[in-house]
Amino acid sequence: MKPMLRLEGLRKSFGGLRVTDEVSFEIQPQEIAAIIGPNGAGKTTLFNQITGYLAPDGGHVFLEGQEIAGLTPQKIVKMGVGRAFQIASIFPDETALDNVRAACMSKLNQTRHLWRPVERFNRATEQAFAVLASLGLERQADRMAYELAHGDQKLLDIGIALVLEPKLLLLDEPTAGMSPEERQLTRQLIKQLWAQYKLTLIFIEHDMDMVFGIAERIMVLNHGALIADGTPGEIRNNKEVITAYLGEEA
Amino acid sequence: MASSSKYKFGLLWSVGFVAFALVPVLMTSRYQMNLASHILIWGLFAVAFNMLWGVTGMLSFGQALYFGIGAYSIGLFVNHAGKAWYLPAIPIGLVAAAMLSFLLGLLVIRVSGVYFTMLTLAFAQLAWQVTFKWYDFTGGDDGIQGIIAPGILANKMVYYYFVLVVVFISVWFLKRLAYSPFGLILRCVQQNPNRVRFIGRSVKMNQLRIYVISSVFAALAGSLMVGVDNSIHTDMLFWTTSGEVILMSVLGGINQFFGPFVGAVILILLEDIIGAKTEFWPIFLGTIVLIFVILFPKGVVGEIQHLRHRLKIAGESGGRHETHASA
Ligand SMILES: Nc1ncnc2c1ncn2[C@@H]1O[C@H](COP(=O)(O)OP(=O)(O)OP(=O)(O)O)[C@@H](O)[C@H]1O
Ligand SMILES: [Mg+2]
Repeated sequence: MKPMLRLEGLRKSFGGLRVTDEVSFEIQPQEIAAIIGPNGAGKTTLFNQITGYLAPDGGHVFLEGQEIAGLTPQKIVKMGVGRAFQIASIFPDETALDNVRAACMSKLNQTRHLWRPVERFNRATEQAFAVLASLGLERQADRMAYELAHGDQKLLDIGIALVLEPKLLLLDEPTAGMSPEERQLTRQLIKQLWAQYKLTLIFIEHDMDMVFGIAERIMVLNHGALIADGTPGEIRNNKEVITAYLGEEA
Repeated sequence: MASSSKYKFGLLWSVGFVAFALVPVLMTSRYQMNLASHILIWGLFAVAFNMLWGVTGMLSFGQALYFGIGAYSIGLFVNHAGKAWYLPAIPIGLVAAAMLSFLLGLLVIRVSGVYFTMLTLAFAQLAWQVTFKWYDFTGGDDGIQGIIAPGILANKMVYYYFVLVVVFISVWFLKRLAYSPFGLILRCVQQNPNRVRFIGRSVKMNQLRIYVISSVFAALAGSLMVGVDNSIHTDMLFWTTSGEVILMSVLGGINQFFGPFVGAVILILLEDIIGAKTEFWPIFLGTIVLIFVILFPKGVVGEIQHLRHRLKIAGESGGRHETHASA
């Protein structure tokens, strides 16, 4: 089977700063992997290159064997890569339902309809509700996105990505800014979504309970370079990782 | 909830239509019908403009260009090709506006924010210069007078009802559009263009589409104006014309679909009342508008909705209030 995602010698610099330094790895279908690393290690920048937000300076990104480096975000999304952001990226003045429904209509190619009201699109509405329900947001459906609690906004961002039915889902710090209780719930939720939607999932996290709790595999970035890649057990005992990252936390 | 607000909308819509339809019956002078025509046409122009600004977040300062194309298409055809061209010139003007807005749109959407505003202004002023200078063809500063609509449309009352029907159908279409999936994507483009790309839609493509649609309706408004005043003038393309629909939108509220229409009613009535009293009316009008905007930053319709929303929350005495988008 072809790997879901394969990076080959990916490089990116900002000015003199190397933010992605010859990064190569493979992710198999339905894997659940975490990317960790200190602040400024280049984790978000890596996602930005995979999803087309930034073009890499060099190297390759393959999605199921097909080169996607340098394509536009729209194309890459349509090929099945979904993404949620470090800072929740939502449509603040729309209802939670419409946030998800807009994305769903995009997937169903319905966004050119300019006569029938949004509510009358039953399929999109049902799918949007289903996704809100799987995130526990169904009771917030009619509330404006800007009114939602921070944690719910983060979940809504995931919902927007999820309704696109991605093969590969990238989550950038899904529990950032959440309370410990919310983190616990979100951790279980993400694991459940991963199984339910048969996703290939890569998430960036600083929360170690989440990383070691649900990832089958952990990749460690430091100064743009991949310094370790292995199972939670291997990473826990990796000396370089401990000095580069875990050591700083202690 | 949704159905009750829909019902209210239908009611308001019918009341508005009947009110405008009664103007020729109840008027005490022909001038009032002329004023009502102006309100209808500017109302359409402003609502179409606000699809760009309030809905999509593109502040064009150059919609006068398309308003002018709609009007000049009729004026030039009638003047140079003959009276029979009056009606055919309307669709020709709309197609011309669609093509030009598509081509210019490709250029202006490359930039955003204040650069977009300035660029649209520059193109409109360029077109104004051309009509102004090219005396032999456009009549220059004199414009073209005595353009009479053909057949029964030459009758002022018939023409008034013609305007009424065209405006109501157009506004109805734009209202449907605003609450369609396309309208939803346009609002998303305004609120978070980056996210729009990550749900698989092109920001620029949607901006281009609404730019063309809005411009075609601006041209339609311009073409309707010819039969009201029986003349065309370079002022139709001047920046003040673009400015006027911006003002109307601000006055009525850019976040409400009907805000700009209500703004048109207010601005045109104000201009009329103050214009009759003093020759210094632009100063007075400017002052009034300024005070207005400071007192009601959300616009008239926006403030009314806001008030109703707050009353409703107060009325729900302690119960957890559900918040709804008010149309
Ligand atoms: N568009 C950009 N232009 C210039 N520098 C950038 C840009 N984006 C990121 N950087 C820099 O690149 C480095 C890596 O940033 P990145 O956001 O990828 O880090 P990160 O690993 O996600 O960090 P965090 O854990 O804080 O989110 C940082 O030093 C950042 O300041
Ligand atoms: Mg980051």
